[in-house]
Amino acid sequence: MSPEETTPNMMSDRRKFLKNGARFVLLTFAGGAAVERILSGEPVVRVLADSYTGTPGYDVSQHWWGMIIDIEKCIGCGNCVRACKRENDVPLEPFYFRTWVERYHVPAKDMLHPEAEDHPEVDSPDGGYDGFPERYHAGDGSKNFFVPKLCNHCAHSPCVQVCPVGATFESPDGVVLVDKKYCLGCRYCIQACPYGCRFLDPRTRTADKCTLCYHRITKGLTTACCETCPTGARKLGDLKDPKDPIHEFLATHKVQVLKPQMATGSKTYYNGMDASVR
Amino acid sequence: MESILHAVKGYMYPNEIELQWSLLIVLYPFITGLVAGAFILASLERVFNVVAVRPTYRLALLTALSFLLVAPLPLQLHLGHPERSYEMYLTPHKSSAMAMFGFVYLWYLLVVLLLEIWIDYRPEIVHMAKTSRGLKGLFYRVLTLGSYNVSPQALAIDAKVGRFITIVGIPSAFLLHGYVGFIFGSIKANPWWSTPLMPVVFLFSAMVSGIAAVMLIYMVVTWFRGLKIRMDCVDTIARYFLYAFLIDFSLEMLDLIHRIYEADESFKSLDFMVHTKLYGSQIIIQIIVGTLTPILLLALTQIFRMAEAVRRSVYFCAGILTLIGIFAMRWNVVIGGQLFSKSFLGYTTYKMGFATREGLLPSILLLVLPFLILWFLVKILPPWTEEEARP
Amino acid sequence: MKGGIKDVEHFVRAAVLVGAGLCLFLVLRGFLVPKDFGVLGHYRAGALADIAARPASFAGRAACEECHSDVAEARKGSKHEKVNCEACHGALAAHAQDPGSVTPTLPDTTKLCLTCHEKNAARPVNFPQVDPQEHSGGEICVSCHKPHHPEIE
Repeated sequence: MSPEETTPNMMSDRRKFLKNGARFVLLTFAGGAAVERILSGEPVVRVLADSYTGTPGYDVSQHWWGMIIDIEKCIGCGNCVRACKRENDVPLEPFYFRTWVERYHVPAKDMLHPEAEDHPEVDSPDGGYDGFPERYHAGDGSKNFFVPKLCNHCAHSPCVQVCPVGATFESPDGVVLVDKKYCLGCRYCIQACPYGCRFLDPRTRTADKCTLCYHRITKGLTTACCETCPTGARKLGDLKDPKDPIHEFLATHKVQVLKPQMATGSKTYYNGMDASVR
Repeated sequence: MESILHAVKGYMYPNEIELQWSLLIVLYPFITGLVAGAFILASLERVFNVVAVRPTYRLALLTALSFLLVAPLPLQLHLGHPERSYEMYLTPHKSSAMAMFGFVYLWYLLVVLLLEIWIDYRPEIVHMAKTSRGLKGLFYRVLTLGSYNVSPQALAIDAKVGRFITIVGIPSAFLLHGYVGFIFGSIKANPWWSTPLMPVVFLFSAMVSGIAAVMLIYMVVTWFRGLKIRMDCVDTIARYFLYAFLIDFSLEMLDLIHRIYEADESFKSLDFMVHTKLYGSQIIIQIIVGTLTPILLLALTQIFRMAEAVRRSVYFCAGILTLIGIFAMRWNVVIGGQLFSKSFLGYTTYKMGFATREGLLPSILLLVLPFLILWFLVKILPPWTEEEARP
Repeated sequence: MKGGIKDVEHFVRAAVLVGAGLCLFLVLRGFLVPKDFGVLGHYRAGALADIAARPASFAGRAACEECHSDVAEARKGSKHEKVNCEACHGALAAHAQDPGSVTPTLPDTTKLCLTCHEKNAARPVNFPQVDPQEHSGGEICVSCHKPHHPEIE
């Protein structure tokens, strides 16, 4: 429209339109937000921290859970794998594990295998559920050992980062959990875990993984895997409890986490971990 | 399922043996890629005033809409709990690229596509509202939103708004498909996916596939209508097709060269996978058949003078091969990223069902559906009322 | 030439529609978002209680020793002292809850001991492990070793 065509009336029309338009937009947002506020209620009444888990006396802010895995003690008996599946009702098919045990065979380092730790032979028959049938010979110069695996309950978890709706999260006491009532089953978290510890439960069609036996540790018990480990290769640790033996262990042993370059803040510490461990 | 166990080579973490993301998740980026690419082609005319592609303008928009309407379906079929998918609107997790989906999708559907299509079609909608009867008439009357003003002033404002929407639509199209690339590219756990180039590669391959799709649809539809294909139009489209493809290919080569050069811890495992499990789908189908051949064909049309009929055949072939190649690219990213173990010690296989929820049959149907929708849209919003029929 | 508004009337109506949709969304959101969402973090705080409510299947050593203090005594000083009861006897929380109702079956000692003590190259070298044929000619372990105090004095 050229300036000659605009009249004073049209100008005030435009101004009126803009004013009304702005008023309308503002009212829409304000009104909508107000209604939402009213309906969703005031910020939820702050409940005492110790009743979040339903266990009186367990204060989530007083614990920070982790796990020690001592590779030098693991005998690959598979007690932990069986106990976990039993305790947590995990499907028995060989595709679903909250914890599993791997066996490593690192051939003797020689001129033919200068980078032996790059080529370990690894197996985990049904996750170690029925133990490990003998396959290797001790004394041929190779290194053979077992490595239990589980969710590392990362402090900076990539799986929590990618969940689109907030169905997986880290609890205030350091356990990464899945809200089965909220999970969509999109499987993004399973893709994001560098350690392969997640799976989709075919019965609930939601993501599933080690919960550090949250239902046990909040009641003063230890995890099922630690309870049944005969050699103490797995030890639950509470990093916030000054009396917990984990502090002394971490101070006196050289421990590692899996894939440290990913900076996941893993809280599962491995003692005696060889360079070949993936 | 047990057969997958026997197909595992080397070592996979037990939970990795079964693939998580199936053919449906290959389909989704392919479809949104077509949407983004079709829209970019449409924007060539509106924003960059490339007049020659005008005959494809409305067709490109309707194509984009048809595919966009189908886009959420593979995702819904894949979800463990599709009935909970509304949670992405209620409590989107700001750190998750996937949470963006609902909003980007809705924004693109409403503000970009529907608004732009509506603006461009208003004169026809108003006309049909006045002249149609019954249910059809009601439909058009609703579309007018009660306003029958198609005066020159109104249309001039429409054109300005339309242009503005298209300008906004270009970055929106980039976002609609780019975020999918980011969904993969930001996963540090998976070295096949994790690269900052992923969103850009996805975007340019989307543009290539969208341009190819619109060009093919235009050629086929025009041929069906018994009309002459406008060579100035397809020649121009083919040029942009080639440019986009050259950029896309360069980016993919850059990623490859970088990987080979740095040869990090994952390289041996990935290299082996590409030469064995992915050889057919990546080297043969994606690269040779689906990228190098169409680029060569298009380049030849630019270098040599070819008769119209020859050019049409060449464009057609290039288009088909491209769509196959870009689909293969999505396959290689999604499926390929799950075939190797994160321990870098083993490989698994993908068992694709047929008549299962995530199998081949639903995927084929989901690829056919947009064309049915397009056919319907073309009937109610004909893209060529203003075009004269030429012998 | 009046009619500035008339020319954008359809846009206004479209904007009203979108605005109404937005309003509706915000209203619905107020109803649908769980009340305890966001209290502790970007998740439903009630999930903690949901997960913690699961009943335990393993009772834990302390529960066993409440009643079976004689066994606890017998194991003192033996190599098996630190092995928890349910590592061999299986999940027995049901029995610990209501001892009368659930009678545990004894583990099968022809197989149980070998789960840990069969010779395997991947086991730590100083862990006691044997080839059953070489060690006892195939005779079962319990004919010489008492499970609760396996040392042969």
